[in-house]
Amino acid sequence: MIEFLKRLFGQPGSSATAKERLRLVLMTDHLELAPEMIEKMKRDLVDVISRFVEVDRDRIDVTFERQDATLAMLANIPILSVNRPNGNGTHKPPEQPAPLPEASAPAAAGPSAAPPSAKAGSDKPPVRKRRRRKKSQRAAPAPAT
Amino acid sequence: MSARRIVITSGKGGVGKTTTTANLGATLAKQGKRVILIDADIGLRNLDLVLGLEKRIVFDLVEVAEGRCQLRQALIKDKRFDSLAILPAAQTREKDAISPSQFASIVELAAETADYVLIDSPAGIETGFRNAVAGANEAIVVTTPEVSAIRDADRVIGKISAAGKPIRLIVNRLRPEMVRSGDMLSVEDVCDVLSVELLGIIPDDEEIIDTTNRGEPVVLGDGNRLGVIYQKIARRLEGELVPFTTFDNQSLLGRLMGALKTG
Amino acid sequence: MHQLQPNPSTSSGQAPSTSPEQAEAQASAATAKRGRAIVLTSGKGGVGKTTTAANLGTALARRGASVVLIDADVGLRNLDIVLGLESRVQHHLLDVLEERASIDDALVADKHSEKLFLLAAAQSREKDEVETAKMQALVSRLCERFDYVLIDSPAGIELGFKNAVAGADEAIVICTPEVAAVRDVDRVVGLLGNRFKPQLIINRLRPHLVRRGKMLSVDDVNGILRLPLLGVIADEPEIIVTTNRGEPLALQTHTATGAAYHAIAARVAGEDVPAPMPAAAKPSFAERLSAFFGGKRR
Repeated sequence: MIEFLKRLFGQPGSSATAKERLRLVLMTDHLELAPEMIEKMKRDLVDVISRFVEVDRDRIDVTFERQDATLAMLANIPILSVNRPNGNGTHKPPEQPAPLPEASAPAAAGPSAAPPSAKAGSDKPPVRKRRRRKKSQRAAPAPAT
Repeated sequence: MSARRIVITSGKGGVGKTTTTANLGATLAKQGKRVILIDADIGLRNLDLVLGLEKRIVFDLVEVAEGRCQLRQALIKDKRFDSLAILPAAQTREKDAISPSQFASIVELAAETADYVLIDSPAGIETGFRNAVAGANEAIVVTTPEVSAIRDADRVIGKISAAGKPIRLIVNRLRPEMVRSGDMLSVEDVCDVLSVELLGIIPDDEEIIDTTNRGEPVVLGDGNRLGVIYQKIARRLEGELVPFTTFDNQSLLGRLMGALKTG
Repeated sequence: MHQLQPNPSTSSGQAPSTSPEQAEAQASAATAKRGRAIVLTSGKGGVGKTTTAANLGTALARRGASVVLIDADVGLRNLDIVLGLESRVQHHLLDVLEERASIDDALVADKHSEKLFLLAAAQSREKDEVETAKMQALVSRLCERFDYVLIDSPAGIELGFKNAVAGADEAIVICTPEVAAVRDVDRVVGLLGNRFKPQLIINRLRPHLVRRGKMLSVDDVNGILRLPLLGVIADEPEIIVTTNRGEPLALQTHTATGAAYHAIAARVAGEDVPAPMPAAAKPSFAERLSAFFGGKRR
């Protein structure tokens, strides 16, 4: 009876709530049940990111968090150094922050993110690297099924 | 040619494993198949009770495993059907009285003289469940359209998949009127969440309580609606493509629309 | 049939103290005042242990008692989802038993009832990883902090059940009016042994089926089990809805089932309240007529 009144006044039926709760709880259950999968995911993630920046593999932290109606993966990946924009494989950290030619992207969220120095002769805008770093540090919420 | 060995399990207790085992077994027997039902719920046996055979138990599963009797001595033939027999569980023992490989051997033995061996698994995911699954090469997971049951079904599906055995789902105790009013998950919801092939949909039916009290499988009589549904399930097990019953406006998974009435 | 169990410790009846310090001294001196550890079990699965634990816990908490619910169903946890707390579980029973987390870290405060807390089961572990002695010690510690420790036992009579029972001082068995369930409860009562005097809750009664002789009656069930009856709860579709939402029905005291849980809570607390019973009454005239003409089917 109460349910009927609730629906009359626009509240969704409980089965929709149940389905949503179930979807999220199963995701959490699956993650809890697969530590090896999470370890492998961490390793693969780090391998991909390491193609662009050098990271501190020992201090990587990956957690999963419930955020309202979604499950989000949060990856915190400390960066040790960033490759020079021209592709020379030196790994020295940049000396000091320099203004960017096209600073349209918001500042990077990483703990040790310092904008690379804009050396002459660089073809790639540094801002692209910063975007990549930002994406790699904060993975998108799990897609809805 | 050895029998198909199917475990019927769920994780959650009380969703209808034993009732499904009994009724599916009886239905297959009515269709002329040789069926052996094995109760793997050592310590809390109920398959015998549901079939009204509790007074005819002489030997049980554990005694067969321990070599104190032959399998054929322990099997109880259900006289109401030409080719249905059950191997009851032990009541006063514990589930670790038998190992998975011992159980699997007994199932193999039973499979030599049957077309189907249906194993009624206990609730849970512990020893009893593991034994039951060890004996099978296919699984039917039973769930109701309720949150706890589905969550537990998901867990057993994960475990059985890891063992590499094919799984199909029966959704039991559906209440179409509650699905319509948005108060119960639909079969489609359940299948979405679990992602397992659907074998059957069984509506909630009060007849089961009455027939279980009397120790009769509900499919004993002809033409009742649950009988028709179990027949469909049996046919699907045999490989036939049988349309799922539409329960009023409930949508299906790409199957033909059946008639609007249940059954 | 409706015997009340003597209540070993109630929170009422303490002598008024003259100052907070004296009160605290009295409280700590009265180490005899411990919470009650009650296991809810059944043997058969699916009869309503977890639902009862959630609702009884809610009802007790709303009466002012502090309550902790322990989900002992390691590997198949569900108490969290029935309470709507599944997204708040950070640590679980095994984390506490294995000292990776403190009790306070692991306890989840209920969303709806202030004095109700949950200690969730581990989902990715096995029941045989719980050490009985540690479970007993944990329950004992919780009894020092809470008025009630309700332990939701898993189905079955194996290690999970044994561990759930190990820490408890009292037992409530839950039975549905079906032959298999009665048989299992009977077995469980035997296994509980002399340490317990279990009380009975009959769940999921369908009075219309009882009247038509298609379901065991309360007397049928307890004629076999012969246990003190805490109460009888009718089968209500509302339970499914409330579980869908994660909001125990005991929160709705105006419903018959909600009121029944509150009555059971009162009886558990030692109050002289009649055992709740669904309106079974006598058969209606139409039902008697139908039975007279032999119409056993609907």
